[in-house]
Amino acid sequence: MNGDTFKINVEHLDFHYGDFFALEDISVGIRQYATTAFIGPSGCGKSTFLRCLNRMNDLIPETKVEGKITLDGNDIYAPDVDTASLRRRVGMIFQAPNPFPMSIYDNVAYGPRIHGTTNKAQLDEIVEKSLTRAALWKEVSGKLNTSGLALSGGQQQRLCIARVIAVDPEVLLMDEPCSAIDPTSIQKIEDLMDELKSKYTIVIVTHNMQQAARVSDWTAFFLAEHADRPAKLIEYDKTDTMFTNPSDKRTEDYITGRFG
Amino acid sequence: MSKRLANNIAISVLWVAAASTVFVLAWLLAYVVVKGLPALSWSFVTQWPTGVTASGGIFPTIVATVYVTAVGFVLVIPVAIGAAVYLAEYAASGRFVNVIRFAADSLASVPSIVFGLFGLAFFVYALGFKFSMLSGGLALSLMMLPLVMRTTEEAIRAVPQGYRLGSYGLGGSKWQTVRRVVLPAAAPRIATGIILAMGRAAGETAVVMFTAGMAINAPIFLTDPGRTMTSHLYVLAMEGISVKNAFGTALLLVGMILSFNLFARWMAGRRG
Ligand SMILES: Nc1ncnc2c1ncn2[C@@H]1O[C@H](COP(=O)(O)OP(=O)(O)OP(=O)(O)O)[C@@H](O)[C@H]1O
Ligand SMILES: [Mg+2]
Repeated sequence: MNGDTFKINVEHLDFHYGDFFALEDISVGIRQYATTAFIGPSGCGKSTFLRCLNRMNDLIPETKVEGKITLDGNDIYAPDVDTASLRRRVGMIFQAPNPFPMSIYDNVAYGPRIHGTTNKAQLDEIVEKSLTRAALWKEVSGKLNTSGLALSGGQQQRLCIARVIAVDPEVLLMDEPCSAIDPTSIQKIEDLMDELKSKYTIVIVTHNMQQAARVSDWTAFFLAEHADRPAKLIEYDKTDTMFTNPSDKRTEDYITGRFG
Repeated sequence: MSKRLANNIAISVLWVAAASTVFVLAWLLAYVVVKGLPALSWSFVTQWPTGVTASGGIFPTIVATVYVTAVGFVLVIPVAIGAAVYLAEYAASGRFVNVIRFAADSLASVPSIVFGLFGLAFFVYALGFKFSMLSGGLALSLMMLPLVMRTTEEAIRAVPQGYRLGSYGLGGSKWQTVRRVVLPAAAPRIATGIILAMGRAAGETAVVMFTAGMAINAPIFLTDPGRTMTSHLYVLAMEGISVKNAFGTALLLVGMILSFNLFARWMAGRRG
């Protein structure tokens, strides 16, 4: 692997939901200004892993995290870490688009407002810039005051991306962001990811191998070999290598199975 | 054949049982309308009762009803919503939560005359608020509390989890999430619950009779007493003063409460 900077570093991560051991000994470095894809069969803990990176799992009772995760070298599970500011830096896009039941404008302005921006002109600027970056501005510029829920699924997902961009995060976690939307919007979101990469560090979970191959620079393959055993990181490499010449037989089986 | 017959009989019986609900409502309404309509007029709504037969109008009792209900509404909202938010969003399920729920359910099953008696002993005498809109509103707010709390809690729980995650994911604190996302999203359902509770309060008799007093008075200040429409109705009918005006009052009251309920339905239909 080359010498790029690791934005996030995960060392020997174990994760438990109560008695259920979900992830075992995951170590992976996530590169800055690159897109890293996480692939693996359903239920192998990709979403769980993603939620460890911005501590969204803290919201689920009786979960336990062991090991170390650093962002820019700082332990994000250290006792003095403020989860709100962490999540502001590490934004998340969910599988199902979840705009708030408020206007398009208020959706995008939500983050800046809770972080203290009240100036109208400033908010206007952030809203326009974020919607433009999320490739949604042209479609909604004339109806910023209509409800975000009135948009199509694909537009809603781009609205959610704009909403995250508006708080100016450093990392974007995307959990199957395209699984619930139409092909045109998928195209738009993939183009968008390509563009956003220059400024953000992107981590995406996807079930679509072609998508992983198209959008990511690095790919990690997770697998739980038995239903009652925790998932492990099987292989992690440059996406090109993973898809053309994987070194682990299980990776190859999974990828080819999914292609064929 | 007999199987089919049994089936048809069962359906008919169930249908009659269901239809009788509508029938009872229609019959009751028709009765109140027929008996009460002759008493209704513009002056009935705008004038004071006069003379031994309480002819004239019921204006002050309408004011007292609206006043005392409004006071109860203002008092119940912060407590009921605060408690509901705590239960739905903050409290980890445990002993304390169970105690609060049990208390709310018990409160809901207390007969209204007991609220009246309590209000009389505590607000009217012990705290010295006398017979007043304040005493009446306080007692009514106690009666409304479990109702509003429960409907508010359910409204909050019905808010999709995705909204909360969206807010947390942007770095929102718990309180920001509750105040800016969860409560606005739950607002239509909360409002529906509150309106229904206000309809109940406006129709309450025992509670207000003991706390707002029986004086025929159009209250202005919180410390003023006033006889509500329900108390007035009670006196008119039970003391044989004017059955006609009793039905006139009943018709107005039912009309008011029914429009409350229709408004609540409209609010409920508007959500989503
Ligand atoms: N809140 C939870 N409580 C308990 N167990 C959970 C919880 N969420 C997930 N799990 C379990 O953890 C394991 C990993 O789940 P996770 O959702 O992370 O998988 P995934 O790889 O994202 O799957 P998918 O591809 O279907 O989204 C599964 O066995 C799941 O049942
Ligand atoms: Mg998942």
